[in-house]
Amino acid sequence: MTPTLSIDDLRIAFSHRAGSIEAVDRVSLQIAPSECVGIVGESGSGKTQVFMAAMGLLAGNARATGSVRFEGRELLAADRATLNRVRGSKLTMIPQDPMTSLTPHLKIGIQLAEVMVAHLGTTWSDARSCARRMLERVHVAEPMRRLNQYPHELSGGMRQRVMIAMSLLCEPSLVIADEPSTALDVTIQAQIIELLRAVRGEFGMALALISHDLAVVAGLADRILVMYAGRIVEAAAAGELFRRPRHPYTAELLKCVPDISGPRPARLPTLVGQPPRPGEVLEACAFAPRCSRAAERCRIERPELGGPAGAQVACHFPLSND
Amino acid sequence: MGAFADEAWQRLRSNPAAVAALAMMCTILALTWFGPWISPNDAQTLDWLHLAAPPGVQNSHWFGTDRLGRDLFVRTLAGTRVSMAIGLAASVVSLLVGVTYGAIAGYIGGRTDHLMMRVIEILSGLPLIFFVIVLTVIFGRSEYLLFFAIGAVGWLTMARIVRGQTLSVRRREFIEAAIASGAGTGRIIFRHVVPNVLGPVIVYATLTVPQIILFESFLSFLGLGVQEPGASLGTLISEGAAEMEVAPWILLVPGSFLALLLLCLNIFGDALRDALDIRDGSP
Amino acid sequence: MIRYFFTRLAGAIPTLLIIVTATFFLMRAAPGGPFDQEQTLPPEITANLQRAYGLDQPIWTQYGRYLKSLLHGDFGPSFKYKDFTVTELIGQGFPVTLQLGVMAMALALMAGTLLGTFAALHRNSAADHAAMSLAMVGIAIPTFVVLPFLGLLFGVYLHWLPVAGWESGSIRHLALPVIALALPPLAYIARLTRASMLEVLRSNFILTAFAKGLPLHILILRHALRPALMPVAGYLVPAIASIMTGSLVVESIAGLPGIGRYLVQGALNRDYTLVLGMVVIYSTLLIGMGLLVDLLYAWLDPRVRH
Repeated sequence: MTPTLSIDDLRIAFSHRAGSIEAVDRVSLQIAPSECVGIVGESGSGKTQVFMAAMGLLAGNARATGSVRFEGRELLAADRATLNRVRGSKLTMIPQDPMTSLTPHLKIGIQLAEVMVAHLGTTWSDARSCARRMLERVHVAEPMRRLNQYPHELSGGMRQRVMIAMSLLCEPSLVIADEPSTALDVTIQAQIIELLRAVRGEFGMALALISHDLAVVAGLADRILVMYAGRIVEAAAAGELFRRPRHPYTAELLKCVPDISGPRPARLPTLVGQPPRPGEVLEACAFAPRCSRAAERCRIERPELGGPAGAQVACHFPLSND
Repeated sequence: MGAFADEAWQRLRSNPAAVAALAMMCTILALTWFGPWISPNDAQTLDWLHLAAPPGVQNSHWFGTDRLGRDLFVRTLAGTRVSMAIGLAASVVSLLVGVTYGAIAGYIGGRTDHLMMRVIEILSGLPLIFFVIVLTVIFGRSEYLLFFAIGAVGWLTMARIVRGQTLSVRRREFIEAAIASGAGTGRIIFRHVVPNVLGPVIVYATLTVPQIILFESFLSFLGLGVQEPGASLGTLISEGAAEMEVAPWILLVPGSFLALLLLCLNIFGDALRDALDIRDGSP
Repeated sequence: MIRYFFTRLAGAIPTLLIIVTATFFLMRAAPGGPFDQEQTLPPEITANLQRAYGLDQPIWTQYGRYLKSLLHGDFGPSFKYKDFTVTELIGQGFPVTLQLGVMAMALALMAGTLLGTFAALHRNSAADHAAMSLAMVGIAIPTFVVLPFLGLLFGVYLHWLPVAGWESGSIRHLALPVIALALPPLAYIARLTRASMLEVLRSNFILTAFAKGLPLHILILRHALRPALMPVAGYLVPAIASIMTGSLVVESIAGLPGIGRYLVQGALNRDYTLVLGMVVIYSTLLIGMGLLVDLLYAWLDPRVRH
């Protein structure tokens, strides 16, 4: 079965006056139909850029090499016509900040309906009806009224629901959710995650969930990829990752997730040190400077992703079963 | 201030258009001052043998002559000199007026400042030419009117800049010290505030020079500025436009000069603004 | 919206009144009278003339009479064009100037925004540099140089268009004046649009529009254009002022019988009533345009209204 999304040896570098900066360093991944994959990492880990490349939304000074295939079609360096055929309809995105992601001077109804009009050729009135129904499904109250309002008249949580509705209108095969709850209040965050879960159950599309927060990804993802400094350091089934993290970085991340059931810690655990600035690391393990288990080999040889299918890790000395 | 100026200079130097513009301006300047020495002619002599003669090397009139037989090369250079002289003089006037107005408004603040700025707002919206025309009707054409009108072009922006700078300088300690030591308001303004706002002011002064030269030639073109027998680029162009169909060089020579001068000034001004990273809302 | 309009109108009328009053008193109170240029007239004739034109009345009476006649559309007689009243001259010249101005403004807006958008979409390409160089020329070189040069090229050398003159409604006679008049604001609008469009294209909501796979022309026209044009809306009134100023030059050079040319003549002839009448007309126009632009602003940005 062809994977919905297949990324092979993707490299993304940004060119500046002073030189070029590597943001994504040989990333390969696959997302099967209806699969939910969580991509976790700190800001600067490259997790968003990978999917920007897939959507053809990289900045002007970005150079990308490798292969990105969506339902068999190569998207990297494809022309605008090819890209526009899939993005917005079969391959959609819920962007990071709902507060600034909607066009301020257009009514919500137009911004929703135009997706169907542009991709499916529906009439405006039909598209509006579909939009209204979709708003109901994402639990926006008074959908008719909302369709005639401007973005600034909606709260953050409601705007995010609108973005989710927008991404579902043309029955996508893959939805990319980039930090779907980060910009929102804590109380709303849970609602949005729940909504994503419900939507996934209803529509059955594949979901790429990008987040810096493991907790967000926990309940939803089938598989989790952990990224660090532009590389994938661990790729495992969700349950397996939480039960038995193999990469030291993953273990540290897990420690950072506060456990509400356990005893209250004296201090919240944090990771020691800083992630490398983009472009800093070359032929070595990127995590070595911060790793308590680092050895000489880690400083001179880059570890490759290896191991059984549901539990892959890029580490010379992965954590063993303890 | 030193490092800042150095970096700006570097940026300016790496901009090919700016360098070319600067070089061209220097050439024009040099030509204006030394040109008359090279040419065997002068601006007033009427050469009866060569009335409205086209440009040529043989008859010593390199750019041709006008209808009265005056050598166009020298006459244009003279006109350029007049335009630049008036431009500079008026710039100085607008500088003085603008700096004083802005410094006072910024320093005193409060309602006086508010009122003074309102005046500037209203004046900025009105096209200056109508004001000049009204004054011309009343007072007739005179040199003083010209100076006053042209000086009025630049002082508005200058006043705004100075007022802004004054507002930020006013709160600094040495002003408090001066006030505490009992110095009078006027003294504080001129001995302490003004020297400190001079930086941006100089920059803006250079940027208003093309505007002023343009306005002067505009007035002269319409007949409201420099009068015969004195010539400015504006009057020369006006003469040329009248003769356009029979003797186009009479238009082309001063017209190209003015166009080139203004183009270079604007390109350089743009580059200067880029180098110093000043964006006052201009694209 | 209606209430906003009336508030702004209420603010505009006093400004207009101030301008008219100031101009009136300036001119009446100035040294010398409108008849000074003529050879020295015997006092009785001067007195007769003064009485005929109402100049012997106290100044407040004159002011009152002027305002009253203004409201009836009567601007008084021209002191120099003895056979015409100012109203007649305005009546003849205004349509010409209006046509000239409107066409120039339309050209500047359409061509300017087009050029600016194009340049922004092809940033740093040869076309972009060419467009911005053209804009620089338009901004730097004054109209009274551009128009004769254009006339030289297209009229004298290429014989495509007439150099001067006016035949009612003839496009050929209007072409060069309109282009020359439109060039400075066109250039400024192009630069403004380019800078603004580049900013807008970096926003998150444009990223969303790209992610939705919308065709480029829809993306620009529906999503990017309105916010990108906000600065242009702010430039409209200065653009109108620039066109008004330019029309004086253009009408004089091209021999177009518009009010701009009368104004210049009026200045050179010291024709009081003519100049006063023109100032009233131009001020009303400018202030009226300012009002319209404010309304346009409110429409462009729904947030302003709420």
